[in-house]
Amino acid sequence: MTQLLEVRRLRKIYEGHGRIVEAIGDLSFACAPGELVCIVGPSGAGKTTLLKCVAGLIAPTTGEVVLGDARVAGPPPGMAVVFQDYGRSLFPWLTVWRNVALPLDHHGAARGELRRLVDDALAEVGLADVHAAYPWQLSGGMQQRVAIARAIAYQPKILLMDEPFAAVDAQTRADLEDLTLRVWRRHGITLLFVTHDIDEAVYMGQRVLILSASPTRVIEDLAIDLAAERDQLATRSSPRFAELRSRVYEHIQRAKRAGAGEVRT
Amino acid sequence: MTHALRSLARALALPAVLFALWGLVSAGSKSFYLPPLHAILGVFGSTWSSRLTSDVLPSIGRLLIGYAGAVIAGVALGVPLGGRPRLRAALEPALELFRAIPPPALVPVFMLLFGIGTPMKLLVIVSGAVWPVLLNTIEGVRAVDEVLSDTCRCYGITGLTRLRVLVLRGASPQIVTGMRQALSIAIILMVISEMFASSSGLGYAIVDFQRAFSIPQMWSGILLLGALGVVLSLGFGVFEARALRWYHGQRSEHREGG
Repeated sequence: MTQLLEVRRLRKIYEGHGRIVEAIGDLSFACAPGELVCIVGPSGAGKTTLLKCVAGLIAPTTGEVVLGDARVAGPPPGMAVVFQDYGRSLFPWLTVWRNVALPLDHHGAARGELRRLVDDALAEVGLADVHAAYPWQLSGGMQQRVAIARAIAYQPKILLMDEPFAAVDAQTRADLEDLTLRVWRRHGITLLFVTHDIDEAVYMGQRVLILSASPTRVIEDLAIDLAAERDQLATRSSPRFAELRSRVYEHIQRAKRAGAGEVRT
Repeated sequence: MTHALRSLARALALPAVLFALWGLVSAGSKSFYLPPLHAILGVFGSTWSSRLTSDVLPSIGRLLIGYAGAVIAGVALGVPLGGRPRLRAALEPALELFRAIPPPALVPVFMLLFGIGTPMKLLVIVSGAVWPVLLNTIEGVRAVDEVLSDTCRCYGITGLTRLRVLVLRGASPQIVTGMRQALSIAIILMVISEMFASSSGLGYAIVDFQRAFSIPQMWSGILLLGALGVVLSLGFGVFEARALRWYHGQRSEHREGG
């Protein structure tokens, strides 16, 4: 199968203030069209750096990111991103509706089409009744729903999510996970989902990429052979879920120890 | 509504007391230079109704045009300077130098270059009022949120939409702060520019009355300037409340949310 996204021998070194930090060592992986890949790693594993390289927001030191058949040299069209910090990724001076409409409007969508896409996206995330509200009038979970609606309305081929639910409470988090799975399935988007939460990675993913501590490599590319339909209760209490979870957990613990050892010596 | 009335009453209380005190203390004044308040108020209407088109309106016109020029120039220069660190580093020393020059000191220079007409007066206003707008715009543009900026890049939002939706709105709290400071500077410079070699305007009228020993008329001009300042400040408050509704709303939401 041809891949939609390919990350080839990515390396990222930050230089500055007399310090050289190798955030990403040597990282390669690929995603097939329509796949849901979770990326999990210990904190400080350069997950956000990786995502920003894939998004074209920062340039890798060496290596390349290829989306479709084009090398990523800046944010490519057909890609949407949902950031962790929902409070800072929505425009506080625009209403919820305008926030979702802005990218389409800028790219010249026709009036009727625009209205339909925005209304549908907001309905899909369960926010059909707050069009005129401002983001800061909503709870954190609802704000992240607006960010997801903006991504849906944009009709991307690939969606990147950077620890999107790290700042919401557990109950909201479960709801948003299921919402994201529904959106992914319904639109056939390729989804790259970065998280530090092992359970979340196993629950959401078709594949889980386990990253080492910085300088980051892929330790394991783990296929998640759970039933396609995920359910917060049934899936999470299944024996297979526990096995997969333990496997990821062990890898991460080992990566953390190795990372800590490197820093001390 | 009662809350608004109460805050209005609180705002007006001290000025009312001060005016009443002024009226009482000055009531029996025999001093030629410090006439009673009722004498000043007595000449107010007749003095300024006859000078409305010759002095009051030209002054206000120059003030508003000069102020608008300062705001436009300050924002137009501040946006590129705020967004480009290298350009800012190159120009900052020069800007600091120009800013340090008190604008009234430029009046003689502008008179030599542009005569004593309206262009000179507008330049004096712009040269002083542009600084708070410029410096606050630079700071505001620098402080535009990085995540919002990344969001724009990801969704391919560029050019004028980016300028309008991200940069100007993101910097608007600081820009408005600069505009508020610039407004009071513009009023001061409007008066000063009219006190030099002029033949019309509020500043000219006040100096003219003083030279003619029309002391109550002179005081009434000062009162009129004070009233003009208050009206413009109130108008600005209305503009600010509308332009920054999201900002104040967001801030009060954060305070309540803890």
